[in-house]
Amino acid sequence: MNLHFDIALSHLLSRRRQTLVSLMGVVLGVAFFLAVSALMRGSEIDFIERLVDTAPHITVSDEFRHARVQPATVAYPDGAVRVSNVKPLTDRRGIRQYRQRLAMIESIPGARVAPVLVGQAIFSFAGRDEAVTLSGIEPERMRDVSTIDEDIVAGSLDAIDTDRNGIIIGVGLAEKLSLDIGDTVSVVAAEGNVRAMNIVGLFRTGNVNYDETQTFAHLKRVQALMNRPNVANSLVMRMDDAYRARDVAARVERMIQYKAVSWQEASEDILNTLVVRNVIMYSVVGAILLVAAFGIYNVISTVVMEKTRDIAILKSIGFHARDIRRIFLIEGAIIGLIGSVLGAFGGVGLMALMQRIEVQVPGESEPVNLPVYWGMDQFAMAAAFALAAAIFAAYLPARKGGRVEPVDILRGAV
Amino acid sequence: MAGREATNPGDSAILVAERLTRVLPGEVPVTLVQDASVRIGRGEFVIIRGPSGSGKSSLLYLLGLLDRPTSGRLLLEGEDTGTFDEDRLATTRLAKLGFVFQFHFLLAEFTALDNVQMPMRRLGRLDEAAQRDRAAQLLRDLGLAGHEHKRPSQLSGGQRQRVAIARALANDPVLILADEPTGALDTKSSANVHDILHDLTRERGCSVVAVTHDMAFAQGADRLIELVDGRIVS
Ligand SMILES: Nc1ncnc2c1ncn2[C@@H]1O[C@H](COP(=O)(O)OP(=O)(O)O)[C@@H](O)[C@H]1O
Ligand SMILES: [Mg+2]
Repeated sequence: MNLHFDIALSHLLSRRRQTLVSLMGVVLGVAFFLAVSALMRGSEIDFIERLVDTAPHITVSDEFRHARVQPATVAYPDGAVRVSNVKPLTDRRGIRQYRQRLAMIESIPGARVAPVLVGQAIFSFAGRDEAVTLSGIEPERMRDVSTIDEDIVAGSLDAIDTDRNGIIIGVGLAEKLSLDIGDTVSVVAAEGNVRAMNIVGLFRTGNVNYDETQTFAHLKRVQALMNRPNVANSLVMRMDDAYRARDVAARVERMIQYKAVSWQEASEDILNTLVVRNVIMYSVVGAILLVAAFGIYNVISTVVMEKTRDIAILKSIGFHARDIRRIFLIEGAIIGLIGSVLGAFGGVGLMALMQRIEVQVPGESEPVNLPVYWGMDQFAMAAAFALAAAIFAAYLPARKGGRVEPVDILRGAV
Repeated sequence: MAGREATNPGDSAILVAERLTRVLPGEVPVTLVQDASVRIGRGEFVIIRGPSGSGKSSLLYLLGLLDRPTSGRLLLEGEDTGTFDEDRLATTRLAKLGFVFQFHFLLAEFTALDNVQMPMRRLGRLDEAAQRDRAAQLLRDLGLAGHEHKRPSQLSGGQRQRVAIARALANDPVLILADEPTGALDTKSSANVHDILHDLTRERGCSVVAVTHDMAFAQGADRLIELVDGRIVS
C-alpha cells in the first residue's frame, strides 16, 4: 500500500467520530444533490419532451421574417432617391404553391412535413355556439408529424379521409356541448360559409385547453369552407432528431423564404427560464456541499493540530513538505470519495422514493408521477463536486501541515 | 580546510562544521550557538555535554540539517549544505542521517515494525519484502524480537527508544544524532541504550553524536564536546 495513504488513513481512524460526522456531511450533500438534480433534470426533460411531443418541431407560417424589399430599393441600391409612403402589395395570405414547397422540405433528410390550413370557426349545436380552432389536415401526412393519432380515444384519424364531412374534436369540447361520435354539428367559418359536419373521432391529449378548443377536418374540406382552395397557411414539420430543429428551420427559411420557427425559438422564454432554474438549483446544492466541505475542513485541521508532533517526526526523518501536504489532501479525498459512494446510494434511495410520489398537475387530467432523471452524468457530477469540495477543504490545513518546522516542535517539546 | 584534512590522512571527516552561529531573531535576539566548529570523523563516537540551556540541542539540530545556521558553514561528506534547498535537506536527512530524541517520537498508530520501515518506504531504495526483512532484522538486533507487531503504547520506555534507534538506522545512515536519548529512561534501560549506541560505531561504522548528561556514557566516547552558553569550551 501507498505510504501516504497509510498515514492518512491512520489519522482519520485516530479521529473516528469526527471523521464519521464529516463523512455524513458529504453523504447528505451528495444524496441531496442527486435528489434535487434528478427532480430538476427530470422535470426539465419531461417538460421538453411534452413540448417536443405536442408542439411541431418546426412551424412554417405564411409570413416573412423581414419586410419585403421595395422594388425602388432594388433598382437603386445606392441611390439618393428616397421613396416614402410606399404601400406594400396586398397579399392574399397563405403559403402559395405549397405542394412544391412540401417536396423541397421533404428532401431534407430526417424531416417530415404536413400542410395545415388553420382558421377560426364557430360550432353550433343544440342552440349553443362555441368558438374553436379548425385545422385542415391530410391524415396520412399529419400522422407523420404529430402525436394526434395516439391521442384518438374514439373513431379514427382516417375517418376524415373517407367522410369528407367528418370532423374530429377533443373530449373536452364533446363534454361541453354534449356531443358524441356520430352527432352532426353546424360549423360556421369566419368567411361565413356554413356546413354540417359529422363527428367521426374524439381525442384526449390531457391538456384541458387543447382538448376544448382544437378540431380537425380534412384539408380539402377546410380549404373549401374558408374559400382558400389550394392554400395552406402553415407547414408543420417533425424531425427524427428534435434538437436539429433550429438548424433545419434556418435551412428551410433560406430554401422557401417563408418564416420557419423551430420549437426552440418558439419556446425561447421558457427555455431561458430553465437555465435560470438550473443556476438556482446548482447554487442551492452547491451550498449543501459547501457545508459538507466545512465539516471536512474541520476534521482535517483538527488532525493537523493534533498531529503536529507526528508531522515534526516525519519531517525530521526526511519527509518533504509536499509529502505532508499530500497526506492531508489524501485524507480529504478519502472522505470525499467514500462520501460520494455512500451518498450515491442515498441519492438512489431518495430518487426511488420520489419517483413513487404522484401529483396532480394543473392543466393535466391524470395524476402523474414525479419525473425523476436517472442519468449517470449527474452521479459523476455529484461525485466530482464532492471530491473537489473535499480536496479544497483539505487544502488549507494541508498547506499548514506542510509548513510545520520540526525544530519549532522539538524546541517546544524538550 | 584542505590543510586540516591533510593533517589527518586516513580519517575522512563526514561532517565538518565551521564557526556555526545560530541566532533566533526577535525583539531580543537569542544566540543559541556561537562560533561552533566541529569535525566528525567516520565511525567516530562524539558526546556533547553541557549544562541545561547551553545550546546542546540547538547545535545538534544544526549538525542534523534540521536547522540552518545564521552564519558559518556545514559540510556533509564534503558538500556545502548551505546551498541545499529544503527538499534536498530533507532527502539528505532521509538517506544519510538518523535521529533519536529524548522522547520516543514514534507514530502511535503504527506497529514497531511499521515505524522502522517508514523511512525505508519513503526512500524506496529496497522493495517491500526487503524493507520488512531489514526492519525485522534491526528490531532483532536491538533485542526486540517478538515485539514487531506491538504498538508504541504496548512497549516500555526503553523498548520504544530502541525502536526509535532501529528507525534511525533504517536507511543505513552515515551519522546518528541522539539528543538525550536516555533522559526519560530508568538506569537499567539507559545503560542498555548507551551500549547500543556505542556499539553502532564499531559494528556498523556509522558515526554517532549524542547529547547526554550521563558521565558513564561519556566515558566511552572518542571525543567530548563541552558547551557553555552556546560556545564550545573544550
Ligand atoms: N524558541 C526559543 N526562544 C527563545 N529561546 C530559546 C528558544 N529555544 C531555546 N531557547 C534558549 O536557547 C538556549 C539553548 O537551548 P537548547 O539548545 O535547548 O539547550 P540545551 O539543549 O543545552 O538544554 C536556552 O537558553 C534556551 O532557553
Ligand atoms: Mg536540550
